Amino acid sequence: MVKRIASILIVDDELSVRDSLYEWFRKDGHHVTTVANASAALKAMQEQRFDVALLDIKMPGMDGMELQAQTRKIDPDMEVIMITAFASVETAVKALKQGAFDYVTKPIDPDELSHLVHRALEKRRLEHENIRMRDQIDGLVAVDKIVGESPPMQKVLEMVGHVAKTDATVLIRGESGTGKELIARAIHANSARRYFPIVPVNCGSFAEGLLESELFGHERGAFTGAQYRRKGKIEMADGGTLFLDEIGSISPKMQVDLLRVLETKEFMRVGGNRSISSDFRVICASNENLELKVADGEFREDLYYRINVFSIEAPPLRTRGSDIPLLARHFLVRLSRQMDKKITEISPEAMQLLMAHDWPGNVRELSNAIERAMVVGTPPAIRPEDLPVVAAAGGVAGGGDSLADIEKRHIADVLARTDWNITRTAEVLGIDRATVYNKIKKYGLRR
Amino acid sequence: MSVLRLVPIYCGSQVDMLASLASRLEQTFGLHPVQHPPGFDPEQAYESSRGQYNSRVLLDLLRRELPGGEGRVLGVTSIDLFIPVLTFVFGEAQLSGRAAVVSTHRLDPTHYGLPADRDALFERLCKESIHELGHTFRLLHCADDRCVMTSSMYVDGIDIKGSRLCDGCLQLLRAANG
Repeated sequence: MVKRIASILIVDDELSVRDSLYEWFRKDGHHVTTVANASAALKAMQEQRFDVALLDIKMPGMDGMELQAQTRKIDPDMEVIMITAFASVETAVKALKQGAFDYVTKPIDPDELSHLVHRALEKRRLEHENIRMRDQIDGLVAVDKIVGESPPMQKVLEMVGHVAKTDATVLIRGESGTGKELIARAIHANSARRYFPIVPVNCGSFAEGLLESELFGHERGAFTGAQYRRKGKIEMADGGTLFLDEIGSISPKMQVDLLRVLETKEFMRVGGNRSISSDFRVICASNENLELKVADGEFREDLYYRINVFSIEAPPLRTRGSDIPLLARHFLVRLSRQMDKKITEISPEAMQLLMAHDWPGNVRELSNAIERAMVVGTPPAIRPEDLPVVAAAGGVAGGGDSLADIEKRHIADVLARTDWNITRTAEVLGIDRATVYNKIKKYGLRR
Repeated sequence: MSVLRLVPIYCGSQVDMLASLASRLEQTFGLHPVQHPPGFDPEQAYESSRGQYNSRVLLDLLRRELPGGEGRVLGVTSIDLFIPVLTFVFGEAQLSGRAAVVSTHRLDPTHYGLPADRDALFERLCKESIHELGHTFRLLHCADDRCVMTSSMYVDGIDIKGSRLCDGCLQLLRAANG
């Protein structure tokens, strides 16, 4: 057992009790202060902090109960143990209601006293540790800063601030690459759920059956290959936030299932027969026109209203050109640190190029452009020739003539042209979105 | 060599343990043990409302037994001891002082309805005597539960802990002895 040294305040009008407790706790190595009355106790508390106080209830002048109430005002963190020679249920209840750690009757069993003080100190230690850990978690979960001083971004930040304090379902809309997940993470990080996880699911990247299993989990043997029971993302998000990206891409059946879960917060694993509840907040994102999909009958109206309680529009980068220098420098600083490369500036000519571009791939495209420039560029500054928007288009790796090589090159080419917009890539290639994701994975393609 | 005055107070049949106890204490503390009858009336420490003896009062009386205030004094008794706020104590000592007292009352297996066991009683008496005398050499309760200076609130705890000082406490003892 690790020995913890504490500072203990003993308040008792009987000298023999004060002396006994003083000697007793000193032998444990504690710092002990003894006083004979309430006013001396309050004075001592003004001068130093105590971890634990043992207060006699019956004292001339201000009694222990009143003193306990006063000590809460000076140091609410101090643990108070009430001691009395006359046991009474009423006073015990009152003391505990006032926030005392415990209540004991004199004479006290040595084992009981020792455990009582140990438990009080342990409680105090755990509370302090809890505060420290929360501070650490706050630091760890701090999301990437949303960079932007333009009016459209200021409006977004203001809305994030408002909605984070509520538990409302949020729909974030915007073009691909505008930072919808960053906004979702900012809402989560500023919400009361921030100590629990935010669980992102890209609904567009799964075929229907797989998305069901991904969200709800499955029991062992639920389908071929389900060798183990697996928790779904909804279960993992218990206490936290479920972020459903590309919500517009889910199938009609999945829409029904999801609506039911959002309304009841209960679900069953695939192949299971037990209802599981999960307390989670939902944030959805889409780059599609959901109203149009509702009008076309592709998206359920009831689900649309269920997820669109609060809507935030992530503005495209071309509408907030004044943020481009800020964002470019933000990425430069971050990447320079990550790569340990001493490129610390963007030349005026390069910045002019960045400002002139219309960024169809939005912030993600800008981030990629800076990353590439950091890779190919040399210190101290990014120059126009380092930027992909002006650099000659490079070939895609894998120059063979096999069917797979050609497919890989073609998919990479279409992805580059659509700036990795999966929906558009799927349309161009004439395949579904899940297949696009599978091909990306198969060929190891990267942005 | 400093003197350790061993004072039997209402010791009863356990008085014959004192010679062996003295030897163990001499090994641990390097004190020269001398047995000496009490020069005071122990009834001054009696608290009739509790039917027990106040160990703090006994410590004061024992301290006066040391001629010139030199050495250490250990009272050994079979009466039940208490300090005002606690139900009982196995013993007590003045931290960084000169007097200590140990009671066999609650160390004796017969107190718990068990058969008499003089060996067990003697071991407990030795441990508690070393523990209390250790306090007079500024030793605090030790976090090492094998060390005799670890705090024991019940008799099983005394049986579990070791009968020697751990290395850390031994160093502190040497430092206290200069």
